[in-house]
Parts: sequence; structure tokens; C-alpha cells
Amino acid sequence: MEIYWLLGIPLAGGVFLALWGSRRNAPEINALFSLLTLLAAAALTMRIIAEGPMTVGGEGWFFIDPFNVFLVALTAFVAFTTALFSRPYMRIEKEHGRLNDQRLRLYHSSYQIFIAAMLLALTTNNMGILWVSMEAATLATVLLVSLYRTPASLEAAWKYFILCGVGIAQALFGTILLYFAAEKVLGSGGTALLWTHLNGVKAQLEPTVLQLAFVFLLVGYGTKVGLAPLHNWLPDAHAEGPTPVSAVLSGLLLNVALYAVMRSKVLVDGALGNEGDNSMAGNLMMGFGLLSVVVAAFLIKRQTDVKRMFAYSSIEHMGLVTFAFGMGGPVASFAGLLHMTMHSLTKSAIFFAVGHATQSAGTQLMEGIRGLIKTNPTIGWGLMLGTVAILGVPPFGVFASEFLIITTAMHEHPWATPFLLTALGVAFASIFGKVQPMVFGETTLPRLPYQPALTPVFIHLGLVLMLGLFIPPYLAAWYRQAAHMLGG
Amino acid sequence: MFLAYHLQVVNLLAALLLLISFAMLSQRRITGLVTLFAWQGAALSLSTAIVAWSTGQHHLYYSAALTFILKVLAMPWYFYRLVKKLNVDRDVEPMINIPTTMLIGIALVIFAFNLALPISQMSGTVTRSTLGIAMASVLLAFLMMITRSKAIPQVIGFLAMENGLFFAATSASYGMPLVVEMGVALDVLVGVFVLGIFFFQIRETFDSLDLKHMEKLKEK
Repeated sequence: MEIYWLLGIPLAGGVFLALWGSRRNAPEINALFSLLTLLAAAALTMRIIAEGPMTVGGEGWFFIDPFNVFLVALTAFVAFTTALFSRPYMRIEKEHGRLNDQRLRLYHSSYQIFIAAMLLALTTNNMGILWVSMEAATLATVLLVSLYRTPASLEAAWKYFILCGVGIAQALFGTILLYFAAEKVLGSGGTALLWTHLNGVKAQLEPTVLQLAFVFLLVGYGTKVGLAPLHNWLPDAHAEGPTPVSAVLSGLLLNVALYAVMRSKVLVDGALGNEGDNSMAGNLMMGFGLLSVVVAAFLIKRQTDVKRMFAYSSIEHMGLVTFAFGMGGPVASFAGLLHMTMHSLTKSAIFFAVGHATQSAGTQLMEGIRGLIKTNPTIGWGLMLGTVAILGVPPFGVFASEFLIITTAMHEHPWATPFLLTALGVAFASIFGKVQPMVFGETTLPRLPYQPALTPVFIHLGLVLMLGLFIPPYLAAWYRQAAHMLGG
Repeated sequence: MFLAYHLQVVNLLAALLLLISFAMLSQRRITGLVTLFAWQGAALSLSTAIVAWSTGQHHLYYSAALTFILKVLAMPWYFYRLVKKLNVDRDVEPMINIPTTMLIGIALVIFAFNLALPISQMSGTVTRSTLGIAMASVLLAFLMMITRSKAIPQVIGFLAMENGLFFAATSASYGMPLVVEMGVALDVLVGVFVLGIFFFQIRETFDSLDLKHMEKLKEK
């Protein structure tokens, strides 16, 4: 039952805000719908914790297990805090004349539909509907990336649409191949693409077809995860869109795309019958993941735009998670899930702080942002702590998950550790070196004339800190169950 | 014998589909491209209907009707209107000259047939021999997207790719489950309308739909 609320609320929110979104209190309505979605997600999570995995509706249209319910909770939570952040933020953008009521209506409506599409992607049991909702999530955000209508933002949105469109067309072909293999075992019709059905018969699926299907699915959804060398759209879309959009793209959409890859991986591993060390899907993911980490780390060094730099950092972290899931096994999968959570929370917090920093400096170029700690201490501290957290400094949670990933890599795939450590080191040096003067340097910047909306930043960072110091036993048990779902 | 006759028609339509893909590669005018796209949709829809009739897969009728309404009527109409409103129908020079593009196209077709061979051998459908053609038209559409610098041809290339994928689904496994096909069609429809809005934005900002103006965002 909760599932219908979960999907219905943001969808209703999207329609409502499309019709009445130019009212003055639209940002509050947006936050209210996000809060209701979060409550529905919480109710669903409680039920899954109490009752275990379940399918809902008809022949099992929705499937919820510990793996996706954890992403549902995370998505609803970050969507809510982002809505809180965007309320004052977008109002200021409007006062600066970068947006008008019309565009804000588009923004609020698309925001809700985007959340609905991601939640549908996470909860659906049908691999075809998963594809449909991933594409819907892209479409909902294309016009958000170009919201400012600057030449650069239009170019970024076009690139986003075409590259993700082509990518996702590959995923559609992968889905067709999957159906082709499934139909032989399960018979044709609507149930042959249901993940639970497929999972039941995965050992009988034609291995060669599944292998080919996985390559297409990985390339297709991998484009949306931002895996190198398919990552070109990501920095542009993150840098040119409004900051709340950057936060949800980076913190949520990438996770959802990776979720789609993982669901496919479980099937392929089952069909090929080689889980663990010589899993073809796992090796491919490790390769793409490692390449993304290295490429992103070295590109971070060359960035001048602060949002672009943190976009590359997202590629790096998604690469790390992909690598961890590629290794497989209980510890690596656990670490991957933990890292996904930490990255979502930390990166969205950083984008919130960066958003206000760029508003006060009037530029996204890092050389224009100086000495935040003197003029706007809360923004400065938010940015500094967020940066320290994302770079994996203890005691923040990112340290715990990175430590687990690297120690597992040392143990199982020692050849990969030098690459990982070098990349993390380079990323650390470049990001820290660039953020330090932004926070502590000499400044002529004026103080922000209004109160920045930084409560979400400190809530997120507080959670990351807490999880770094102490993971409550029920949460750990939950992650372990989820890791088990991934075949760990 | 009865079945074989229908199959021949399907094969003929498949060949037409491939020919149209090549014609699209060589077409310089945008309205011409839209017309070809409509014909490709018609061939796809007709062949899907024939497969539905000859194999008794009733859900394929819906899929054929959906293709007809969307890809033969709605989208071409919308594109004609866009082209007229935006006033962009001039001859365009592709980035690689047309004979070279054609040669690359032929190579792609051979590659596609080789790629499709193992899958079509495993398939139990009567239409499996057309899988290679479906793959080829996907790759040709992809080639068109790469070689065109204008926004509308790129989008038509994208939609032609979608056509190829649908054809692949029909020939390998008699289409996808209906709910998925409806979802995909909805996405494509929404996508085209989003792009319509988007074109006007691009036009307003750049005063042209040429994507050569949009090459500023690069790594220095």
C-alpha cells in the first residue's frame, strides 16, 4: 500500500505544481510534497524491515527488498532536504533576475516528476519499466539543466539529452536481448521481464545472449552513472544547471542508474554460473570503475569551475562504488552500499554550500571565490567540512567505506591498489589545494545580505560523521542483507 | 506456403527499411528527412502488423497501431510544423561528404549482420532473418547522428534508431511486453515535445539550430 503513496505523492505534486506552480508559496508546496514522499518512504522502509522482501500488485509489478528500499529511503531523504535548500536558494536566484515565475513553475513541477521517475525506477519489478523510468528521469531533468537559458546551459542540456539518449538506447537493446533470452524460459508476455521471475530461472537463461545483453546494459546505464569514457555529459550538466538540480543529479540519479546495472549483474552472474572471482560482469564493472576513478582524479586537477570540479569528484566516487560492486563478495558489496550513502549525503551537502558560495561571489570560477570564512563563516565551514568529508578524512563516514573498499581490493585484487591509491591521492591534493584558499584566503567579497539555508548541509554532514563513528547495529544488519541481495 | 508468402512481404519491408536508412544518410534537406522518417515508420508499422497477423500475436497489433499513430502521423506532422516555424529548411552539408558516409554505412551493415548471426540462429521466430537488418538500421541511424551538425537531423537520427530497435524486438522475440512498449512510446512522445520546447530555446539564444555554435564546453 505504501508503495502507491510513495509513487503517487510526487506524481500528484508534479501535476499540482504544473497547474498552480506560479503561486508565491510554490517552494513551500514543493517542500511539503517532498516531506510527504519521505514519510511514505519511511513507512515502506519500516514495513520491509519488519516483513522482509515482498512483491506488490497484480503479478508482482513492484518488488521491494533491503537493497532498493535503502535507496528509496536515501532518495526521498535527499529529495526532501534539497527541496528545503532550494526554497530560499531559488528565491534569491529570482531576485538576482536569473529566473522568473514561469521558469520556477517548470522547475518545481519537473523536480517532483523527476523524483517520481527515480522512485519508480527503484521499486519496479519490470526491467522494461526500469528502462522507461530511467528515460523519464532524463527527460524530466533536461529542461532543468537549461533553466537559466544561457548558451552554456543550453549546450549542456543538449549534450545531456543526446548522450544519455544514445546511451539509454543501448540499454533498450540490452533489455530486448534480455527479453529474448527470458521469453524462451518464461514464455512471452508481461511477466517475462519481471526481475523476480528472471531471478528464479537465471541459471537457465542462455549465457551468450545474457553476456551480450549485459554489455549493452552496462554501457547504456553506465552512461548515466557517468562511468569513463562515457562521462562527457556529466560535468557540463552539473555545472550549468541550478545548484539544487546538481545536488539531486549527483546525489541521486547516478545511484539509481547504478542500481539498474546491479540488477542486471545479478542475472548475468546467475546465467553464467560464475559468481565471485571470474564473473564477467564483475570484471567489466571493475574495469570501468577503475578507469573512471583514475580519469576523474586527473581531470579534477585541471578544473577552474567549482561545480565542475565537484562533478568530476562524483565520477570518481561512482567509479569507486562500481569497482566495489564489481569485486563482489559480502565486504565489498557492503562497502559499496555504504559508500553510495556517504557520497549522496556528502556531495549534496557540498553542492548546497557551493551554491551559496557562488551566489555570494557572483561567479562559479574558483579564483573569484575567496575567504569565505571571513565574510560568510557558516558557508565557509560547510564547504570546508564537506570537502574534508568527501576526501575521506577520518572520522567522516567516507573514510570508513573507502578504507573497506581499498583493503578488500588489496586482499583480492592487489594489482588495482596502486591505481586507486594514486588516484585518491591526486584527487585529495587537487581538491584540498583548491578549496583551501576559497575558504581561508584573503577576500574583498561582500557578506551575503541574507541568511543562507545551510541547515541541510549540517544535517547531512552530521549523519556522515555519525555513520563514520558508529553504525547502529540494525543499520549494519540492513546493509548486510542488501549486500546479500547482490549475491555477496 | 501460405506463411512463406507473408514472410516474403516482411522481408521486402525489412529491405525497404534498410534502403530508407541509407536514403536518410544521403538526404540533405530537413523536410526530405522528415518524409523519409515517416516512410520508415510506415514500413515498420506494416511489417509489425503482418507479423501479428501471420503469427497470431495479437499484442503486436497495438504496437503496430502505436507506431503508425506516433511515427507516421504525429511526429512527422510536428516536425514539419517545427521546420516551418523555425524556418530552417535549407540544404545542409554533412560533416563528412555523402559518398564517404555511404561507404562507411556499407561497412556497418556487414558488421551488423555478423553481430546478429549468432543471436538469430538461437531465435525461434519466423522473422529471425531480419534481425541483421534491424541491427544495421540502428547503426546507420547512429552514423547519421554523428555526421550531422544540425539539431533536427540529430533528433531524427535518434528516432530512426528507436525504429531499428523496435524492429529488432519484433524480429527476435515478437516485440516486447505491451506495457513496456507503451512506456517506451510515451517516453519517445514526451521526449519529442520536450525537444520542441528546447529547439525554440536554442534558437532564441543562438539564432540558429546549428550545433557548431555549441562547442564551448570542453576540457581545456
